[in-house]
Amino acid sequence: MKLPISWLKDFIDLDGLTVEDIARKLTLAGLEVDEILYAGLEMPVYKDGEKHEFKTNGLAWDKEKIVVAEIREVKAHPNADKLTLLDLFDGKQEQMVLTGAPNIFHLKGTGRLEKPIKVAYAKEGSTLYDGHAEGLQLMTLKRAKIRGVDSYSMVCSEKELGITDESDGIILLDDDAPVGMPLADYIGDAVLDISILPNMARNANVIGIARELAALTGRTLKQPQIELKTSGESVESSVAIEISNPELNPRFVLGLIRNVEIKPSPYQIQRRLKLAGVRAINNIVDATNYAMIELGEPLHAFDYDILKQRAGKKKIKIITRAAKDGEKLTTLDGVERKLTSMNVLVCDEKGSLSLAGVMGGSESEVYDASKEVLDAKGIEPKDGEMTQGKITSRGRSTVNVLLEGAAWNFINIRRTAKQHNLPSEASFRFSRGVHPALAETGVMRGLQYMAAWANGVVAPGLVDAYPLKPKDSVVEVTPKDVKRLLGIDLTAEEVSALLQKLEFKTEITKSGLRVTAPAHRMDIDEGMVGLADVLEEVARSYGFDNIPTTAIADALPPQVGNPVHEWEEHLRNLLVAAGLQEVVTYRMTSPERESRVTKHDEYVRIANPIAPERSVLRRSLLSSVLEVAEKNARAESVAMFEVGPIFEPVKNDLPNEPRRLAIVMTGARIVSAWDVKDSPRFDFFDLKGRIELLLAGLRFTDIVYAETVSQPHLHPGKSAEVKVNGQVVGVFGELHPLAKEKYEFGEAPVIVAEFNLEKLRGANPSYGITPVSEFPPIYEDIALILDESVAASTVEALIRQTGGKTVTDVRLFDVYRDEKIGAGKKSLAYSLTYQAEKTLTDAEAAAIRNKIVKRLENALGAKLRS
Amino acid sequence: MLDKLNEIEKTALESLSSIRDQAALDAWRVANVGRSSPLMQVFAEFGKLSKEEKPVIGVAANRVKVALESALEEKTQAVKNAALAKSLEEEKLDVTLPGREIKVGRLHPSTQQLRHVLAILAEMGFQVYTSREVETDEYNFQLLNFPPHHPARDMQDTIYVEAGERGDNPIMLRTQTSPGQIRAMREYSARNPNNPPPIRIASPGMCFRHEQITARSEIQFNQVEGLAVGKNITFADLKGTIADFVRRMFGEGARLRFRASYFPFTEPSAEVDVECFVCGGKGCQVCKNSGWLEILGCGMVHPNVLQNGGYDPKVYSGFAWGMGPERQLMLRNKINDIRYFWGNDTRFLEQF
Ligand SMILES: [Zn+2]
Repeated sequence: MKLPISWLKDFIDLDGLTVEDIARKLTLAGLEVDEILYAGLEMPVYKDGEKHEFKTNGLAWDKEKIVVAEIREVKAHPNADKLTLLDLFDGKQEQMVLTGAPNIFHLKGTGRLEKPIKVAYAKEGSTLYDGHAEGLQLMTLKRAKIRGVDSYSMVCSEKELGITDESDGIILLDDDAPVGMPLADYIGDAVLDISILPNMARNANVIGIARELAALTGRTLKQPQIELKTSGESVESSVAIEISNPELNPRFVLGLIRNVEIKPSPYQIQRRLKLAGVRAINNIVDATNYAMIELGEPLHAFDYDILKQRAGKKKIKIITRAAKDGEKLTTLDGVERKLTSMNVLVCDEKGSLSLAGVMGGSESEVYDASKEVLDAKGIEPKDGEMTQGKITSRGRSTVNVLLEGAAWNFINIRRTAKQHNLPSEASFRFSRGVHPALAETGVMRGLQYMAAWANGVVAPGLVDAYPLKPKDSVVEVTPKDVKRLLGIDLTAEEVSALLQKLEFKTEITKSGLRVTAPAHRMDIDEGMVGLADVLEEVARSYGFDNIPTTAIADALPPQVGNPVHEWEEHLRNLLVAAGLQEVVTYRMTSPERESRVTKHDEYVRIANPIAPERSVLRRSLLSSVLEVAEKNARAESVAMFEVGPIFEPVKNDLPNEPRRLAIVMTGARIVSAWDVKDSPRFDFFDLKGRIELLLAGLRFTDIVYAETVSQPHLHPGKSAEVKVNGQVVGVFGELHPLAKEKYEFGEAPVIVAEFNLEKLRGANPSYGITPVSEFPPIYEDIALILDESVAASTVEALIRQTGGKTVTDVRLFDVYRDEKIGAGKKSLAYSLTYQAEKTLTDAEAAAIRNKIVKRLENALGAKLRS
Repeated sequence: MLDKLNEIEKTALESLSSIRDQAALDAWRVANVGRSSPLMQVFAEFGKLSKEEKPVIGVAANRVKVALESALEEKTQAVKNAALAKSLEEEKLDVTLPGREIKVGRLHPSTQQLRHVLAILAEMGFQVYTSREVETDEYNFQLLNFPPHHPARDMQDTIYVEAGERGDNPIMLRTQTSPGQIRAMREYSARNPNNPPPIRIASPGMCFRHEQITARSEIQFNQVEGLAVGKNITFADLKGTIADFVRRMFGEGARLRFRASYFPFTEPSAEVDVECFVCGGKGCQVCKNSGWLEILGCGMVHPNVLQNGGYDPKVYSGFAWGMGPERQLMLRNKINDIRYFWGNDTRFLEQF
């Protein structure tokens, strides 16, 4: 909410507090000031090194140079039709001022004005916003010649002074503006932009903020003085109310004012409304808005004569009821709305008048016929007024106004405002809860302003239907509760004093005190929740800053680990040590995106997707990592992994969220440098080496790599299944050429892996080490010629099995194919390490070697290559 | 004979002085102290000398031999030094050439920050508790004291999942890690319903909001939430714990302030600001000239939430606080676009 400080001053004495002091106190108490916008008042100047406190914007008005002045005559410019020359008095001397302002143009050449026009006058050297520039550009007024006439000063628009972005006409001040007074002293202001939290909705009005500030500073809240002079027939004799469902409409109040004259509100009022972010329309509409921003009660003004016309000879009867499904209403924005039974309507006996608490209907709204005339003349009215002028043309302005103030069920209003996408100042307040007590005060305040600004006569009394009066919450609070939950020692009297500052009624009892919430509070419950509600107020009133900081005295719970989380963190460490970059990707994707590597029919589908390409939760982690790799494909070398969930749908229930690991590698094995060129590209065995490292790090020993079955996204000859302890835990290999084609990768093969982490984590690790022998090893190389079809893993397994524990290492160091060896044959060369718990002799080693060779010859048809 | 020896010495030393390399030195050795050198001839013919001459010539010849050998040794060292100096000169590198890049693996910055936060919390006795990312309305909102249609739901635009007609309990992507509070409390209280054990947990994880993806807003982000439940846990304890955490996280001198705030699942609630660590509180772009950075939200666990978790609010109390690791990284590193995190451009990731 935007709050002009000048308005706040109507209800609390702010002497001795700077704007920043006020903003700080409100911020710490939960009314966070996001920004301070200066519109005239002196701004703090931060010297170098001084601490700032708030985001600050706007303009201070120089007291010497910007003053209230009066225009005494509007003369024609000798050389320019669209400009005028003003005879102006600034309180000290007469000035000749040049202007192009359209809103005084009609006075050109009418001679000495009978009633001078009060304006905001800026002298040479003033700093203002440039009224003709885009956005906010500061400028300094300099002497210039415009069309042969000297110009050194100006009369200002709202934009030039930083009040609004309105630059079309100059500001026309109220008639009682004191000529010669610095403008900053007259209407200088600063606006606090305050975030209103859901539990602070009661403060979304000037009185609410003033009340908080009064409590925070120990000052007195000046209650609004509402006195109405009434005459004529009473409201009761003209209108009756019928509420069909008090749960939806606990209270409905009507007042009546006769013989109003619709015209613009006083400038002071318009200015405050504009600073508060509300458009100024006319004195009647402005009165409803002004009273709402001041007190928090949204009001609605009906054209009484329209209702009377509709009622015919009968007395007007206002009925509130739930809408019928399919019922229609044209709201005052000109939109015909189809209603549902969730919406509440204000009706008369002829039909619906307005959408309760959200928006009025067009037929019975307050009408300003002068806007019609403007339209007819072809002068473009201001934005928004155009619509107003065109909805109906009744030919005459509203004369008698029936003013509604009501209380509505906040959930209902919330749903209605959402359903019709109608966020408004009224629905903002009603949807967060407005206390029914405010309905009466609001109507009286609205009538008071209408009488003052539109010369109307208020009818005696109100019609007040109040079928559901809320109970004021009562909460028992003890000093023990305060100690137990806030950690501070306060007596019942001290707690009472803190709460009384916020208008709670308190009564000291034997155990502590009984607290009654004030009438404007709807956020205080009873019982345990009420206790928390009240203690929050005690803490705020005491000041969070004054509460000490202590260490938890309560026992520390038994320490338990999170094995799954810890295991995954270990996994990440191993992958990082293997040179892989971790990535984290979006959980949301689309079946089309995933279809490049995998096909699934069943997905967890998003009901309200952000975009079509994020319509489901992912089934494939590999797809996500491949997309990232593709995006980074320009890089010379890509080696990345992600650990995270995929989502498997379960009918009508929460999905499964199994964890997966995906790895993608492509590009150069070694990054090029000024003396390193043409590195080989990552291939199957680069990834396999990393997988071996990973599985060893996870302490698995029973690992088998086998040919894959049905992995259409992988190259059938360059892919493998990984089995740990006999169970498949993952697959890896080169991306199938047809799958790769669907991505924008370079020439290099793309190597991928995907692991099921539930299965991997489920496999039993085998801890333990191979002792490091003190005795010297014997190394020996053997080369074997074998059929192509014999798998290397089979050869190695046989060597190890035959060699027994004396063969401590078997290392394949060469794979060779040649004509001399023969077609369909290959040579595998192994380096063997023999070691035992004694010094082996060459003869002992040779004996084992011969055994191995014989076994390979017999079992695999191997031939020793000499 | 003595003259001859003097002549041998003089000639040898003269020829040695001009030698610059090892090859010439080897030749000189053969010529001057080798087996057939003039000096060695003197020794060979020693027997032919007279009795009187023998001692005199013997001493003199030995002196010349020693002199030549030590001159040779000295020269050998000098030639070696010169050769080394020359080769060192020739092997000089352009030390400004770039080093060879090592391709190392790295953790994603979010993981790094999560670990940092969780490590501090672990030392403070808060242990990692993880829970699911897709949640029911009940766990994500209702049990956390957001009834259906509550205004506080406006603060969290929600992504829903298609799951058939479920009335007031639709399925959604969690908007906060707080459903973990309920899951943890229920899990703990089930162990001993009559006297539930105290809780100190930290729940990290991905959360989701229905937003436009822009420099300032994302559809997914990590959150870490701390929760302490026990007997006599107070707001002052909350302040003390947060102060400890902030000191560890942002340094010894970090000033902080508690601002009253609102979250449906805590009461009283507060937001915690630290003095801007970029500008020291003087005002800068990062803190939007306010001098303060909002870093976490916290509060005393709401009685309804305790109740829903199986903890009697008349006996138990607790506090919770939540923060965003990505936000912390953005503030610390002046990252002005949140999309970097899930964009995964390696040029971004490799800077962490
Ligand atoms: Zn800063």
